[in-house]
Amino acid sequence: METSEKLPQDSGAFHRQRVGIGSWFKSGDPWIWLTATAVGACIVAVLGLLGLIAFKGLAHFWPADVVTIDYEGDSGRFRVAGEVVQREFIGRDQYLEANSNATAIEGDQVERWMIKSGNRKINAPDFRWVYRHEIVQQRKDRDMIVFERTEWGNAYGKLVDVKEHGQSISFDDPWVELRQRIERVSDLRGQARRIQKGSINRINYRLEKLRLEKRSRELKGVLDHTEIENERERLNAEYVVEEQRLRNIMNQLERDEVVVQIADGRTSTVPLRDIIRAWQPNQMSLWSKLGHYFSSIWIFLSQESREANTEGGVFPALFGTVLMVLLMSVLVTPFGVVAALYLREYAKQGPFVQLIRIAVNNLAGVPSIVYGVFGLGFFVYLVGGSIDDLFFEAAQPAPTFGTPGLMWASLTLALLTVPVVIVSTEEGLTRIPSELREGSLALGATKAETMFKIILPMASPSILTGIILAIARAAGEVAPLMLVGVVKLAPTLPIDGNFPFLHLDRKFMHLGFHIYDLGFQSPNVDAARPLVFATAFLLVLIIVALNLTAITLRNRLEARYRGAML
Amino acid sequence: MNENDQATDSSARVKLDSTLVGSTVSVSPDQLPESETCLHVRDLSLYYGDKIALKDISMRIPRKRVTALIGPSGCGKSTLIRCFNRMNDLIDSVRIEGRIELNGLEIHDKEVDVSQLRRRVGMVFQRPNPFPKTIYENVAYGLRLSEKLPKSELDDRVEWGLKSAALWDEVQDRLTDSALGLSGGQQQRLVIARAVAVKPSVLLLDEPASALDPISTLKIEELIAQLKADYTIVIVTHNMQQAARVSDYTGFLYLGEMIEFDSTVTIFTNPQEEKTEDYITGRYG
Repeated sequence: METSEKLPQDSGAFHRQRVGIGSWFKSGDPWIWLTATAVGACIVAVLGLLGLIAFKGLAHFWPADVVTIDYEGDSGRFRVAGEVVQREFIGRDQYLEANSNATAIEGDQVERWMIKSGNRKINAPDFRWVYRHEIVQQRKDRDMIVFERTEWGNAYGKLVDVKEHGQSISFDDPWVELRQRIERVSDLRGQARRIQKGSINRINYRLEKLRLEKRSRELKGVLDHTEIENERERLNAEYVVEEQRLRNIMNQLERDEVVVQIADGRTSTVPLRDIIRAWQPNQMSLWSKLGHYFSSIWIFLSQESREANTEGGVFPALFGTVLMVLLMSVLVTPFGVVAALYLREYAKQGPFVQLIRIAVNNLAGVPSIVYGVFGLGFFVYLVGGSIDDLFFEAAQPAPTFGTPGLMWASLTLALLTVPVVIVSTEEGLTRIPSELREGSLALGATKAETMFKIILPMASPSILTGIILAIARAAGEVAPLMLVGVVKLAPTLPIDGNFPFLHLDRKFMHLGFHIYDLGFQSPNVDAARPLVFATAFLLVLIIVALNLTAITLRNRLEARYRGAML
Repeated sequence: MNENDQATDSSARVKLDSTLVGSTVSVSPDQLPESETCLHVRDLSLYYGDKIALKDISMRIPRKRVTALIGPSGCGKSTLIRCFNRMNDLIDSVRIEGRIELNGLEIHDKEVDVSQLRRRVGMVFQRPNPFPKTIYENVAYGLRLSEKLPKSELDDRVEWGLKSAALWDEVQDRLTDSALGLSGGQQQRLVIARAVAVKPSVLLLDEPASALDPISTLKIEELIAQLKADYTIVIVTHNMQQAARVSDYTGFLYLGEMIEFDSTVTIFTNPQEEKTEDYITGRYG
């Protein structure tokens, strides 16, 4: 009874009494709004960026209609045909500055269209601006054809004639005839390519090997080269045969020509060997446009680039990126895991180990170009140079490994990402309860047995987390790669049919560098711009795909060990 | 206030009732012949850095009996039991003086292979610690380390281990399921099966039931009673009733010293030391 007096009096008032900014802050609501806004802004920014590059990149492959436009410019009347790739408004002042004797215009802004008119060879430039108000007439001719050529970009025009051996031949339907002949040409081109990339490439590779073998025998003082010379002669004979086959195909490729009338009325003769595809967008149905769209994307993904990378596909860059990232993962994983195991399991914990740990963490913050410079100096020149001196003496003075290449690029990126793997592996190791180690040791397992049978399997999700982070960082890295192995155009893929199949010494192409090259080093900016977006989108997709694979794997492992973790 | 004191006294008398003690052994371990001694501890002292944790402990743990170590938290019971399979080796700062002989052989000897020792002296910990593997692989773990058995023999040994731990009937249909899906009590019996499967001669149980519910605890105690026919068992417990129920011999440790080590009957009915009596009657701990 006495104690109850000490209790506070029940006032009965639980509802909010104060109203105002102060109590609003006290309630914590502003925090919720602030944090939610921050997350929202991030999501909007990321989705906006992805949406932009996805839209701009993917729209490029759509077979747009070809518009024929008559317009009245300063110096007369012109006709141009092509795809409208961009429409934009510019300010009146900008317009007047560019056109001093401009006709009077209404309004503050002027609309202009960018027309991709192609025909670069006879009617440059292939991209031109047309002011909306100068357009007198525009129409879509059903028989306009787009030619995709191996050189000089697209051609736009009407089909006049198809010639065989320089003679025109009459056809019932020249368009059908043309398509059949294009098919024949692409078939022949495929054969020629197979000979070049296949047998001729193989013969050249063997001849080079023979040269090196002969040289290394000379260095050893062996003077009898009959065996090598015989082999060389055999290969040379083989080469002559292959070359003849190739020449035959080339001659057959020369057979047909097509005469095209371009928009301004001139005609031009295009050899059919230059033509990859031809289509008539103005009379294609939606379905055939879709078909064309996906085949364009497939060509982009599966073919090599042409015309200083502004045309064709990105396959070598795609291949190089994925291969380099995989090699990097293979190199960084054992390295990082072993280092983390030592730091956490074997090293005596103390200030020195703590210092090493801090140093490792800070290594992740070193600018990547520094790694590039280190890779060039240490891996390429020192290690690669020594390898050349020791094992590739015959090839001297041409470097084999003493030059930037796939191996050194992967190693440099492995070095760049090793701190991430160490940190996350260590984190995983600390999360394994000591009871499990003791349980294993108490059954008579040695420390090493415990490590391989219990600790490492249980740490594998964390190791994979490290690899995921490493991949995310490495796949997007460009700067160091420019120093240690990436080139604008690699003649051969790092994997081919010649023993030992994986050529670690070769230079390779990379999507990140490809983007830089397209966007900033390209001779034809307007042609390259949509490919910048498409390539950027592809690179993002590749990184997402690599990450998703690793994340799926990690989640499976994590589910297995979840109950046993701390 | 007076009433309370009297209540403690009366309960103390109840605790000293010999009917609680499960064992009938009344011979002091020191009076047993040397041949019946499994582990002989001589003048054992253990230091964590400069801090002394065990002081001059000498005891003879009889073969194929259950020996309980009791005492308040921090008295060194777990440290002592971990000396018997040299688990304290894992801690860098530990220094050990004195001798521990297993069947007459000094376990700290340079010739001793610690892995072999630990196969002879199995251990079960306070928290069930099954490996994140299947039930089968858990029991086979120790066997795969030490013996290269053909598959059929391995199967037999796993079955034997699980039967010895009274778990076979509950898990025989799901040997390939993860051990983490078992209940706490089952996990602890699995861990005992894992230890028994490698056929040790000594089993060290470090508070094996303290993380379990009463039913599971009862099962573990029944299991201990079965296992003592074949193994020398040393059990650490804070539960005095448990010590009384399961053990033949009981050692009372206090602040790192072995205050009294005698048959359980003697310790619980007629302790020689005042400290032992105080602890058993609930004056501290």
